[in-house]
Amino acid sequence: MSVVIPYQVEPHPVTGVTSGKLGIWLFLASEVMLFGALFSSYVLLRVGAAVENWPTGVEAGLNVPIGTANTLVLITSSITMVMAWASLKMDNLAAFRRYFGTTIALGLVFLVVKAFEYSDKFGHHIFPATGWPEAGDPSVFYGLYFTLTGLHALHVILGILVNLWLLFFGVALWKTDKERLTGRIEIAGLYWHFVDLVWIFLFPTLYLL
Amino acid sequence: MSLKAFHIFFIVMSIALAFGFGVWGTRDYAQSGSVVHLALGVGSFLGSAALAFYGVWFLRKLKDVSYL
Repeated sequence: MSVVIPYQVEPHPVTGVTSGKLGIWLFLASEVMLFGALFSSYVLLRVGAAVENWPTGVEAGLNVPIGTANTLVLITSSITMVMAWASLKMDNLAAFRRYFGTTIALGLVFLVVKAFEYSDKFGHHIFPATGWPEAGDPSVFYGLYFTLTGLHALHVILGILVNLWLLFFGVALWKTDKERLTGRIEIAGLYWHFVDLVWIFLFPTLYLL
Repeated sequence: MSLKAFHIFFIVMSIALAFGFGVWGTRDYAQSGSVVHLALGVGSFLGSAALAFYGVWFLRKLKDVSYL
């Protein structure tokens, strides 16, 4: 027995949006709470810490030019993502494949750069439990840095996996139900934009302030 | 909220970040003399202007798509 989920293409008369869009916004609301709690922890711990135990990103050895490059990569990936969705709206599957593939590639570039940043920190014996300015000092800066950026990177990985599935398998839906595929890409795009928006807040918080 | 509306919000936040980063870069140059940070700051100011132009272009391109 197969179950058909209602309102996948046409909006629900009560909510005014499709089931998928309502679902992704509920999920993103829970994500706001998750990252909001971590950002709140950061603010409370920073306000409560002694000045000498809390470095700025530059003092902690974070590389601002590399962080800037990664920010540029993610902003560009959001633009290519929305262009992929717009291409489907304009009935252009070839352009969709180009833009969507570029989005995935940019996500991978972000992860590779992040991996180099982590590798550099580990090479200097800096780990989540490392204090500042000395390794044994009671600073939790690096703990928060690795937690926030690590959780964000996990979200990027999840987005890339979903996007890869859509690019190579989900796209088959184009032959039978164009509107449904366009709706799925929009939902993937909302998630991708949320993940990029988190980085827009993470970058200045960790690297600049 | 559609991807179109969320994208516009994202671009506005990116413009704010780029402008703020530009201010940070120029102030850091005044304090530490870091030419790299000055270059990043100036580039960021230019980036915020480019994003604003892109935002207007995007709105025109998708003027027929709903915000819901």
